[in-house]
Amino acid sequence: MIINHPLLGPRDSEEFVYLGAADLINRPNNWEQDASAEDFYQYQYIRENIAGDHRELWYHEQGDQSWLVVTRNTLSHEIINVELAQDVSRGIGRGK
Amino acid sequence: MSQLNRIKGGLVNQKKSISFTFNGQILTGFEGDTLASALLANNKKLVGRSFKYHRPRGIVTAGSEEPNAIMEIGNGAYKEPNTKATITQLYNGLEANSQNHRGPLGFDLMAITDFLSPLLGAGFYYKTFMWPKAFWEKFYEPAIRNAAGLGTLSTEADPDTYDKGFRYCDILIIGAGATGLSAAITAASSGAKVILADEDFLMGGRLNTESMKIDGGSGSKWAKNTVAALSAMENVTLMSDTTIFGVYDHGIYGAIENRSSEAREDKDKPRQVNWRIYAKRSILCAGAIERSIAFGNNDRPGIMLASAVRSYANRFAVATGDKVSVYTNNDDGWATARDLVLKNIRVVAVIDSRSISPVLRVPGAEIFMGTDVVDTKGRRALKSIKLSNGKTIDTDCLAVSGGWNPNLHLTCHHRGIPKWNGEIASFIPDKANPPGMTVAGRAKGTMVLSDAIIEGHNEGASVASDLGYKVKKSDPSETPSVSYSVTANWGVPSGKNRAWVDLQNDVTAKDIKLANQEGFKSVEHVKRYTTLGMATDQGKTANVLGIGIMADNMGQTMEETGTTIFRPPYSPVAIGAFAGRRRGMEFYPTRYTPSHKWSVEQNAIFVEVGMWYRSQWFPLPGETHWRESVDREVKQTRASVGICDVTTLGKIDIKGSDVSEFLNKVYVNAFAKVPVGKTRYGLMLREDGMVMDDGTTARLSENHFVMTTTTANAVNVYRHLQFCHQCLWPDLDVHMISVTEQFAQYAVAGPNSRKLLQKVIDSDCDISNEAFPYMAAGEITLCGGIPARLFRISFSGELAYEIAVQTRYGDSLMRVLMEAGEEFNVVPYGTEALGVMRIEKGHAAGPELNGQTSAYDLGMGGMVSGKKDFIGYKLGLREDLLRDDRMQMVGFKPVNAQDLLQAGSHLLNLRDKPSTETDQGWISSCIYSPILGHYIGIGFIKSGHSRKGEFVRAVDLVRGNDIEVEVCSPHFVDPEGERLRV
Repeated sequence: MIINHPLLGPRDSEEFVYLGAADLINRPNNWEQDASAEDFYQYQYIRENIAGDHRELWYHEQGDQSWLVVTRNTLSHEIINVELAQDVSRGIGRGK
Repeated sequence: MSQLNRIKGGLVNQKKSISFTFNGQILTGFEGDTLASALLANNKKLVGRSFKYHRPRGIVTAGSEEPNAIMEIGNGAYKEPNTKATITQLYNGLEANSQNHRGPLGFDLMAITDFLSPLLGAGFYYKTFMWPKAFWEKFYEPAIRNAAGLGTLSTEADPDTYDKGFRYCDILIIGAGATGLSAAITAASSGAKVILADEDFLMGGRLNTESMKIDGGSGSKWAKNTVAALSAMENVTLMSDTTIFGVYDHGIYGAIENRSSEAREDKDKPRQVNWRIYAKRSILCAGAIERSIAFGNNDRPGIMLASAVRSYANRFAVATGDKVSVYTNNDDGWATARDLVLKNIRVVAVIDSRSISPVLRVPGAEIFMGTDVVDTKGRRALKSIKLSNGKTIDTDCLAVSGGWNPNLHLTCHHRGIPKWNGEIASFIPDKANPPGMTVAGRAKGTMVLSDAIIEGHNEGASVASDLGYKVKKSDPSETPSVSYSVTANWGVPSGKNRAWVDLQNDVTAKDIKLANQEGFKSVEHVKRYTTLGMATDQGKTANVLGIGIMADNMGQTMEETGTTIFRPPYSPVAIGAFAGRRRGMEFYPTRYTPSHKWSVEQNAIFVEVGMWYRSQWFPLPGETHWRESVDREVKQTRASVGICDVTTLGKIDIKGSDVSEFLNKVYVNAFAKVPVGKTRYGLMLREDGMVMDDGTTARLSENHFVMTTTTANAVNVYRHLQFCHQCLWPDLDVHMISVTEQFAQYAVAGPNSRKLLQKVIDSDCDISNEAFPYMAAGEITLCGGIPARLFRISFSGELAYEIAVQTRYGDSLMRVLMEAGEEFNVVPYGTEALGVMRIEKGHAAGPELNGQTSAYDLGMGGMVSGKKDFIGYKLGLREDLLRDDRMQMVGFKPVNAQDLLQAGSHLLNLRDKPSTETDQGWISSCIYSPILGHYIGIGFIKSGHSRKGEFVRAVDLVRGNDIEVEVCSPHFVDPEGERLRV
């Protein structure tokens, strides 16, 4: 596979390490509330099994060490979009 | 007489003889021969035995689709089984042996299986060998495995060299026949970067085997000239003898280049190169493969595909028989008769199953229209054929053409499903080709040469212009248009005689019928039940025929029946080619610490940890057992001072104004207020609350920290920190880089460690206990200005330091420290002594951080902060992780001090029998403590923290050990930690 790195251009997937669904960016912030146990459980363990466009985290370990959010079609392996994970994270309001 | 069947002409060099052996017999061929053509030239008709029934078999094809002529090439470690003779280029000294027979090829002892064939039909595995049940594993299966099968392995390591390579192009053209060459010419004329690959060592495809003219000259001459023109172009890479074996994602193609001839000259040169080709677009011009017709005993040596008979005559100058007959259902079969007559090879009969007028005049041959072949005779070589009209014809070679199947293998690699085309009576590629791939010529179902050339010409131009290249206008090469008409013929009733469909896996028309009768209706099920198309040739000549028979059986159309599809590899690829140079020590990188050379000089024994070579212990002359060395290293360190290379620990340099906040989020304990000049032990969890790693992090200045990780987890921790920063808290001002390899680091441990260091550290750096207390950290200089970092941390439990210098000073520092330590009787110690001392101190390490232990389990629950969020905080509070009866880490010592305690032992209550139910835990780390004089261990036992003082048994059923041990604190030496602080 070839991943089109937003900063470095097309790179072979051998340079990357795969982590999992991009949902992992969305870590709950409500740790102080008792109810957050369920949120953390959902965050850690529950995943959609998507047949289609899947947003997932890839790490450019043999490269610039960027974490990327790659949108890949799980049926065709077509890669539709590649973003820097930090931009995605900021985009959903994460900061410090 | 040698080369009995050789005729004049051909594309072989008849002036250059090549000597080879077949089953020990010395034979000669010519340069340009394949092993198959040379064998046929020498009248070797019987070349192997079939897989299941050990039927005598001969060469059937002249290409990579060959099902029968698979051989063992070479001997000893170089022996390669299942090699197709039809694509093996002949070379001097080639040693070929037929396979799958016991005793000589001509009298195979296993041929008895042929007479047992009524017992061995489709699915016989599941029916015949059912009873008694116990016989399966001990008798039936070994017997079947012994009888069946292809070639044998050398069982030695592969002595050949393989390489990997990478190539990039705009357009990859697969197949250098008429279509591929036409496409390459127009594509390349635009300036696009073109790679043209062909599996044959001679480019040209069927142009080399046919007699038709292109642009007024012979086809092979046109091919030769075109190849010459392409090779003169800078933007073209020609790869002959190269098979494109797989189409992968995003325009990546796997290619195997055969370089055997080069490798035979020089053993260090690769035999094969596994290329990864990155292509923006590809044009598949892989041509077509002829299929047979299922008639009685159609597998005898001498029965060949019509196109192969033509190839051997035209390209290799070999007459495959003295009295050749042709059996066809299409016009192309007649071309064989025509070409043989032109070569003065006698054609005795042409049999066409179609009831039409004869296609050509064939001088000297009897013509039978609307007639079929129903049976043949001749066990080791064909003698005669019997026709449906009752007539028998004496013939020693029957050329069969059942029509042509587009070679669409690669179009299926992304699950493209071929569709039926009635006009050519075969499957053609559907639209769902791999992205970027287009198909042209006969691979697409364009069966007429003149059309295929135009199609290749236009496709090359259109793909190049798609990519933005300007294509020069030119005309396609010209050849007379020859029509191709075919009427499907899947076989004829053959009574008791078997009609073979898949020659390599010995599948007959009857097997397919049986499968259908037994309820297997899906083409995929029939394939698996009969093994049709599942041999090493993937049924290239068999599949379509088999599907046709199935459709007939079930009274349905080919569309309704459908087809199986292909997956990589197109033809078998040696495992060695995937490994490339990554074998033995080159399997992965070897990492040496800066003191490696010094350690070698000390005769250190090394152990691999996280690809690093670490000194395990340093034997002295006279020491005969590793324990002697390790005990000495421990005692000397605890008594005075020892030095250990800890360079391999992960080191991460972290800078920024928010680092302390960041560390607070990744460690369980508080890091927000670490003062400058201090280091702190930190425990890191995974989000699920399990311990991930531990280490120390020092604050060198307000915004500059250095973290250490364990050797094994260095990569994972760094990746995790990058994840935490980039994905979770992107706005924290934190900048990280791994500096593991940039710094050499040594632990200097023992009561005299300070004195030793004071000798090498520059005098303006005060490291007295007051100025540089336990857990101090700072930047210093040594040996007159060399910058270094000093950390007062201890894994051994002694007064200890870790000192880090830039990697280039590592070797010198080791030598300087050893020299300075002479007066203190300094000792270098390895990972074994390090392990002994950490177990004596009760520090958890790899065996304890097994991914199933929480901070509480390890006795570090007290460190876990309840006042902040950190990775693993919330899920670490789950009820089950806090239960008191979890496996908790404690120490163990034998009740009888002489007893041997072993890691891996399971813990049991005193009177329990060993079982899963009674299991109480296990010993995770264990050593002999030279300080205490007996074995000690740390491990996990249910409710361990509240069981100290209890007696249990450590049982090791594998090594036959069963001893009584006392549960105790894991801190065996200096539990109060007084030695650290002096």
